[in-house]
Amino acid sequence: MHDPNSDLNFDINLEEISKIEGAASLQIKVRDKKIEDLKFSISEWKRFYTQAIKGKPATAIPQLVARICGTCSNAHLLCSIEAVEKAFNIIPSAQTMLLRKLLYYGLIIRDHALHLYIFSLPDVYGKNSILDFDENDPIQHQLLDDTFAVKEVGNQLSIVVGGRSVHAPYPTIGGFLKLPKIEEIKSLKPKLLEVRPRIIKLVKIFTQAPFILKFNYPITFSGLVSPDFSFLEGFIQTSQGKTIEEKNLGDHLRGVIIPYSQARGFMFDSNYLMVGALARLNISRDRLNQKTKIDLADCLNLFPSTNLFHNNLAQAIEILHAIDSSIDLIDRLEKIDLEAPPKINFFETTGIGVIEAPRGTLYYQLNFNNDGTVKKGEIIVPTGQNQIVMEKAIYQLVEDLLAGGKTKEEIVNEVEKLIRAFDPCMSCAAHFLKVKWR
Amino acid sequence: MDKKLRVGWFSFTCCEDSTILFIELLNQHYQDWLKKIDFVHARALRRETNGELQKMDVAFVEGAISSDRQEEKLKKIREKTNILIAVGSCACVGSPSNQRNFFNRENLDEIKPILDKFKYKEKVLKLSEVVKVDELIPGCPMNEEIFLRMMEKYLEIS
Repeated sequence: MHDPNSDLNFDINLEEISKIEGAASLQIKVRDKKIEDLKFSISEWKRFYTQAIKGKPATAIPQLVARICGTCSNAHLLCSIEAVEKAFNIIPSAQTMLLRKLLYYGLIIRDHALHLYIFSLPDVYGKNSILDFDENDPIQHQLLDDTFAVKEVGNQLSIVVGGRSVHAPYPTIGGFLKLPKIEEIKSLKPKLLEVRPRIIKLVKIFTQAPFILKFNYPITFSGLVSPDFSFLEGFIQTSQGKTIEEKNLGDHLRGVIIPYSQARGFMFDSNYLMVGALARLNISRDRLNQKTKIDLADCLNLFPSTNLFHNNLAQAIEILHAIDSSIDLIDRLEKIDLEAPPKINFFETTGIGVIEAPRGTLYYQLNFNNDGTVKKGEIIVPTGQNQIVMEKAIYQLVEDLLAGGKTKEEIVNEVEKLIRAFDPCMSCAAHFLKVKWR
Repeated sequence: MDKKLRVGWFSFTCCEDSTILFIELLNQHYQDWLKKIDFVHARALRRETNGELQKMDVAFVEGAISSDRQEEKLKKIREKTNILIAVGSCACVGSPSNQRNFFNRENLDEIKPILDKFKYKEKVLKLSEVVKVDELIPGCPMNEEIFLRMMEKYLEIS
């Protein structure tokens, strides 16, 4: 017989949330239909990169920190390279920046596609896994093909430019250890054009997805803004209209220790903070590629948005922007000059690198000794910045669902969807902090 | 083939780069593999139906072992699988996830409160220090060619 008390009092314990990057867990205690306790925690085991980089030479840092994260390794690579370059006054050439952008658009396409097709699309179709999509249903069959076709183009773009899509071996301080072949880069254009309509379809799916959670509290969306929406350059801007130089970002991020989590959370000044695709679209959608803006004019009107599920839609839009911008760069590329990376003169200094990782702003501060070894470093990752808003949003959602009379199973399902929409990366989040436990 | 190969994919302490390469390899191979392979455990691809580990023909395991809970889980995987394959550098040799094993006193003092609070193991272990490992796919990330050869080998045997 159904126990009426089971709808009033129950515990939710999700040990390892599936279809996200890395390990996170969630505990919710409901008593008398009210949340008594809710803890969202990052349960990855730390690898202590902040300590491990101490004493290592500047030239060794980028390939080491790339190992912080599998899926966004090339973000850590390029951000740490920028920090070293800023420290020792190395200015990358125009060709280097163009190739880095191409490499990076490959990452955005591949990583967002991983999240949207493999992790989130099953939620839209009420399936457990993309692998369960029905091959006899023409729409689902097509989406299964789209999944792998789109990811493959992003993958190939990163492989051609960087040597590998994960821990790319070619990019280095001041340039590339090995330069890509122009014919290989040019050969990617038809493949990019081929997947373009598939992404327009994906954007429509996430525009129509009936997932809504409008965040009820004061929130700052923050991200790096550049004229070409390249993820790699520019100034930090916020949804409150503040403009901040990269090197001053650390002054506004307030680290918050979460005792039950393996990672530290952040507030922006005194507001909730959210970084990532939704933040970027909220702040700088007018900088998107012209072709993207024309083809997606209708759904761009949905921004600025405080519906946190629109992070999915924002990522889909960014895939199209990455495709269109890659095509523009490939068209512009006439030749690849043989440029050797410069020799570095070391001195005691500090360098700060800031880029937009797929999941939001990534910050590296590296302090160097006069022989070019690292004295200390600080790394702030997007999922850390989003951890507090994520927990608050889960709280709000569970309150709404309880008020709507939803069951424990329904709540678990909806909460997982919301966590997935944030696209958290636990591998990244857990591994740096200098926490002082008392 | 009558019976699908029952495959599990597990991640312990690492950056999960080999998971990413594996999912990217699906781009080229999914049509073939979905016919021949039943992915019974793969947290990146699906939600576990119940908490119980199921029997497997082959378990691919990436990452190193940082805690007693991870050690217990690895032993359970060993019990439930015929073949256990260590995937990527952290699983095969422990590095770079085991970098704290080589920290100096100053670094160790800094991380000690965290190790104590969350009950980390004193040393980070490679898989073969905990269970019998049948095959290795080295590399950081895993070497794709060796992975594909391994997949072919066990698809043929099954």
